[in-house]
Amino acid sequence: MKPFGCLLYFVAFWNLAGAPPAPVWGGELRFCVRADPKTLDPLQSADQPGETVRYLTGGVLLRLNRATQTLEPELAESWRTEAGGRALEFRIRKDVKFSDGSAFTAADVVYTLKALFDPASTFPAADGFRRGPGAIVVEQRGPDVVRIAFPNAAAGAERLFDEVAMVSKRWPADRRGAIGMPVLGPYRVVEYRPGDYIRLARNPNFWRTDATGRRLPYIDSLRLIVQQNRSLEVRRFTKGEIDLVDTLDPEDYARLARGGAWRAHNLGPGLGAEQLWFNQTPAGRIPDYKKAWFSSREFRNGMSAALNRADIARVVYGGWAAPAPGAVSPANSFWFNSRVPAPAYAPQQALADLARAGFRSTGGALRDSGGHAVEFSIITNSGNQMRERTAALIQDDLAKIGVRVTIVALDFPSLLERVTHTFDYDACLLGFSSVDLDPSGQMNLWLSSANAHAWNPEQKAPATEWEAEIDRLMERQAAEPVPAKRKAAFDRVQEIAARESPMLFLVYRNTLCAVSSELRNVSPAVVGPSLIWNVERLYFESARRAEARR
Amino acid sequence: MTSVRRAAAILLASIYVVCLFPGWVAPFDYAHQFRDLVAAPPSARHPLGTDALGRDSLSRLIYASRVSLLLAPAAALLATAIAALLGGVAGYCGGGVETVAMKATDLVLSLPWLFVLLIARAWMPLSMLPWQTIGITFILLGSFGWAGAARVICAAAASLRSSDMLLHAKACGCPRWRLFAMHVLPNLRSILLAQFLILIPVFILTEGNLGVLGLGVGEPLPSWGNLLRELMNLPAVAERPWMLAPLAVFAMVTGCFYLLTSPGDYA
Repeated sequence: MKPFGCLLYFVAFWNLAGAPPAPVWGGELRFCVRADPKTLDPLQSADQPGETVRYLTGGVLLRLNRATQTLEPELAESWRTEAGGRALEFRIRKDVKFSDGSAFTAADVVYTLKALFDPASTFPAADGFRRGPGAIVVEQRGPDVVRIAFPNAAAGAERLFDEVAMVSKRWPADRRGAIGMPVLGPYRVVEYRPGDYIRLARNPNFWRTDATGRRLPYIDSLRLIVQQNRSLEVRRFTKGEIDLVDTLDPEDYARLARGGAWRAHNLGPGLGAEQLWFNQTPAGRIPDYKKAWFSSREFRNGMSAALNRADIARVVYGGWAAPAPGAVSPANSFWFNSRVPAPAYAPQQALADLARAGFRSTGGALRDSGGHAVEFSIITNSGNQMRERTAALIQDDLAKIGVRVTIVALDFPSLLERVTHTFDYDACLLGFSSVDLDPSGQMNLWLSSANAHAWNPEQKAPATEWEAEIDRLMERQAAEPVPAKRKAAFDRVQEIAARESPMLFLVYRNTLCAVSSELRNVSPAVVGPSLIWNVERLYFESARRAEARR
Repeated sequence: MTSVRRAAAILLASIYVVCLFPGWVAPFDYAHQFRDLVAAPPSARHPLGTDALGRDSLSRLIYASRVSLLLAPAAALLATAIAALLGGVAGYCGGGVETVAMKATDLVLSLPWLFVLLIARAWMPLSMLPWQTIGITFILLGSFGWAGAARVICAAAASLRSSDMLLHAKACGCPRWRLFAMHVLPNLRSILLAQFLILIPVFILTEGNLGVLGLGVGEPLPSWGNLLRELMNLPAVAERPWMLAPLAVFAMVTGCFYLLTSPGDYA
């Protein structure tokens, strides 16, 4: 009996000392959003604050697990692809209720999706589903089954359901987004003071439960404080007024990483890349000789080789960034093409590339074959200190090969006007924020006919053979149901982009964030929302803290 | 001249000499990036440390002073001259002239400046040299920054209009232009001086903020405006207090101006 008694003692001791503590229920989680949401209508939301509210309040059929980057069933128990990628069938979860207690059924899914795919509607979330002409047909097949038929194969379309919050067919469409609207997510909006805060309270009917069968979430309420100024946001965090900051500048991260009542996280390269591109639009309001420079591959590759990306990562981002070989970051584990070489800093190689295109260095200045000194301006958005510093480093790097660069920081609307309408600019430095892991979410960037094809948008026909090849590859991957074949096609797109340099990708910024050390179950991820993606499972360490925030 | 004023004059003159010949005094080029010495603390080589791109802060401060100490007073002078002419004439003449002039002033004051400046930026080519942008910026500031001062000067001139001094001069047959030039303007000198001094720091700070609109002083050229803008990063300032050097110079120059122009007596 003695050994058995010891074992019992050991088990009891392990349970007391080593087992994870039971989650504490209650409290209020506070964090900042950069601006007021433009709308609280979950189908209309397109700005970040609106999307955050939608994420926290909306129930979706499928949810992307931010940690594993895989799709998981949510309000749909299961799903399957049919007709060679032309249709999706969802089996809807039973016994789910809206926050007002009414039942959630397949009819609500059909209502939501028909509203979303209505050709007369302009819901931003519907754009990704539209693949060519033809209507998307939604129909209910049985009590719990909904089928969606696309006019063309829509590879990867299922992941877009992560952004489609189901709405109740009983709630009037013109009151969508109003306080009191029934929702299926873990929280519901109970108070909104524009310019001040949005308060969310737990959804008493949220369908997920913890191990004991009690309905999640653990935390009673959320307060989203409207705070545009990032310095003030960090200050509020260090004073304990808010519990997390999901995007930190390197300087702030360095400060917080020194220690305090929080945990600072460096998640490595994020999904976004900083990039520079030259205006190749035929209608651009720039001299013809500049158009000739910018459409020359040797010129673009020469400029690329003259940029010291390692210095940008080290000097501007304090080492919390990595030189970028292409548009897809290694954080996007499946779609990243590791064969794309990282561009090296090679000013001599740059001059050799440029010499092949007829450029010569004379008197410390680089000149083209027509004798024009190579001078151009880089526009970027004002107020972004990191980007302005990056521009200053580029200016200095290019000066070393005799190129004179003028930096012009513009307010964002003026910059967009030049880049998308008047085409009155030479080069532009901006960040590429890819929130969608799938390449189909980047169709708007890569297709030559797309309006976000930054260097030469909305082409009637591809201006170059390599752009035509990218078009073909992107359309092929969008129609291909086999992931490996899709990957092969998109890998090729990345290789062509690296060879032709229509965009000079500079660095991938690291995802830096910080969380109060009293908040538990946090699992930071590079895919946003980085810190609250599992909000229903977050809880405060101590009952005292939870009570203080009640 | 008192000893304090003399000291202020010497200090200001020294600063201006340094500004006029920055290449002789600055230890490094303002744009040179020491990329291995980013945000470095003060040292023998870099007495004020380096900035976030590893540029020598002392050199940047000297070159920034050239831009701001030469152009901001010039723009303030232009604005004060316009204000003196318009406000002085309006106040002196009164009646319809005053009404029209003050309506024009109200119009300028009520203009949505953000949009006016955005339009100005849209008209200007992007590839302008930094010096051209600075010149245009300060001309814009001088040309449109007079309205507030004009109202003050108009009120002061109006109070002179019925003074015994002017009545006596008029009675003696003094022509109107001479009355204005020899009696009204000299009596407005202290107000003009005050407006001039107020406008200098206003223009320096405005230039710093105009960087947001793509106007102002562009990289890599430094100005007091963009150096002061860096102080908005309060945690960085707390960690690197030597970043306050531009503010100290700014306060010192403003103080010197004040000492030299104010009517008080300083021992």
